[in-house]
Amino acid sequence: MKRGNLWLWSAAALVYAFLYIPLIIVVLYSFNDSRLNAEWVGFTLFWYKALFNNTEMLLAARNSLIIALCTSFCATLLGTMAGLAIHRYKLKVLPVLVFTPVAMPEILLGVSILLFFLQVLNFTLGMVSIIIAHTTFCIGFVAIIVRARLQGMDESIFEAARDLGASPWQTFRLVTLPLIMPAVVAGALMSFTLSIDDFVITFFTKGVGEPILPIQIYTMIKVAVTPEVNAISTLLMLLTLIMISMAARLESSSSSEGSAKPRKTAKQAAK
Amino acid sequence: MALLEIRNVTRRFGSYTAVDNVSIDVEAGEFFTLLGPSGCGKTTLLRMIAGFDLPDSGQILLDGKDMVGIPPEKRPVHTVFQTYALFPHMTVADNIAFPLKMAGKAPQEIKKRVNELLERVHLPNFGNRFPHELSGGQKQRVAFARGLVNRPRLLLLDEPLGALDAKLREEMQIELINLQKEIGITFIFVTHAQDEALALSHRIAVMNRGNVEQIDEPSKIYSTPRNHFVADFIGKISVMNAAVMEAVPSHLKLAIEGLGEVTAPAREGVEVGDKGVLAIRPEQVRISHPSNESQLKNHFRGKVHDFLYVGDVTTYIVELVNGAYIEALLPNSAPGRAKFFEVDDEVTISWRHDAGIFLND
Repeated sequence: MKRGNLWLWSAAALVYAFLYIPLIIVVLYSFNDSRLNAEWVGFTLFWYKALFNNTEMLLAARNSLIIALCTSFCATLLGTMAGLAIHRYKLKVLPVLVFTPVAMPEILLGVSILLFFLQVLNFTLGMVSIIIAHTTFCIGFVAIIVRARLQGMDESIFEAARDLGASPWQTFRLVTLPLIMPAVVAGALMSFTLSIDDFVITFFTKGVGEPILPIQIYTMIKVAVTPEVNAISTLLMLLTLIMISMAARLESSSSSEGSAKPRKTAKQAAK
Repeated sequence: MALLEIRNVTRRFGSYTAVDNVSIDVEAGEFFTLLGPSGCGKTTLLRMIAGFDLPDSGQILLDGKDMVGIPPEKRPVHTVFQTYALFPHMTVADNIAFPLKMAGKAPQEIKKRVNELLERVHLPNFGNRFPHELSGGQKQRVAFARGLVNRPRLLLLDEPLGALDAKLREEMQIELINLQKEIGITFIFVTHAQDEALALSHRIAVMNRGNVEQIDEPSKIYSTPRNHFVADFIGKISVMNAAVMEAVPSHLKLAIEGLGEVTAPAREGVEVGDKGVLAIRPEQVRISHPSNESQLKNHFRGKVHDFLYVGDVTTYIVELVNGAYIEALLPNSAPGRAKFFEVDDEVTISWRHDAGIFLND
């Protein structure tokens, strides 16, 4: 029993070490007072200062943020509608249509969207094409989360609203939407993080115009892994971490209770 | 004109007929119950009255107006759901105010009505709580208040007491009767619990496999069930195969195989030669020592097969000489004694000539 536990713990420790040590190194070296990623010299914020003076990098970050916000908005809107539709209409083909892009290899999505834009639509590649491409694969994630939330809920709540005099639109606005809100927000955060660090699909659909953050980072390390890359990676990691933990919190509060406790969740979130 | 007229309503799901050509009239002010086992079509019928489902054929008229095609929110009919279906993100007061808000009532009136209803369901200080902070019985009361607050023409109740424990259920039954009496709104109550139906209703429609078997007052349903199903479903009843030997306006004479002749109350439409069952309620059957010769015409020898002691009464299951079983109820009103007979005791079973009922096959 004890021995088994020891093995289990060391195996777990190894796996986690493998997962997280590279990330920790990146974070540490972003504060290293040396141009080389070789040995620890001393603490500095120089690379962060350099980063904020790098106009190309700032432009890329701004572009990525705009893309992520737009993607998050569009994917949340469409994904929520898809989630509601899948829940309401028990059509077998509907979930397949919505969830397939989630399972598709990204490279395939990237190539097919690129061909579609260029050959079918004759569309100029740029920010808009990236937003459309990102939205297509984020819809599925939002729909999954919203559908899961709906599945845990008592169907008669929505019937009760209609029964007590609410039109379908009032039922959605006053009952359905407030109840699925945690899932909708979680879906929005998820889409944002998926979009901001997506490389493959962005690479195929970006065209030759504006710099985009993940592509920019890749271009920088083609030359050398400077601590500036470490700094931007650390910031990106931090942003993603915040978003993901918020999404996870919202999701768990929604799925564990089904009928959420709104005030308590709000308090916990405030802490 | 009846408040609600259900005319020849049929609803099919694929090849399955959930409601089969049902016609029911419900009068204003009535406490009407749809009673039947699960799958008998009572909930489907209720959903069609509420507007969540549409009949394949037939009409549902409320105050003489055809309801088919009118969406649920436009019907002056509210429902109390089995799961209560309170809105979890709204306070108790907001839940109760919901139908008033939807009807576009003024804020002052909404406040007044909500407080009135909270008072009426004995939850005066619960307005600011959320549903998850309430007990089952309290949620139930809020659901009643929400259903009644906008004074619907008809309140539908879908097994609303099903989730409560036995003691609370009895309390809520009494409250429900009082609530209906005070407010005077017509109730249509759906349940599979026959004791609940008998205790609450003015009239009961007993349903089975999509059909209405009998519509009557509780006492009539209990004492003169129209057929075998109703007799069996409502209360306990013993049945014995019987054939009609004599049918006169005053009584019936029945032959019971291996037992002999029995006198039973007359019944319309029964003719000599009809085959069916004699059904008799346990509380109408007397059980005594064989030494006490019964004065009653209907009396037979038997042997105690088993008994069931439930506190206030003991049910004896007696095996008759023809191998049939009959149940007899004996109240434990005499202090000190828990049982009068043991298993395998020889006993005499008897019942009055006007007890029991002959039911055709």
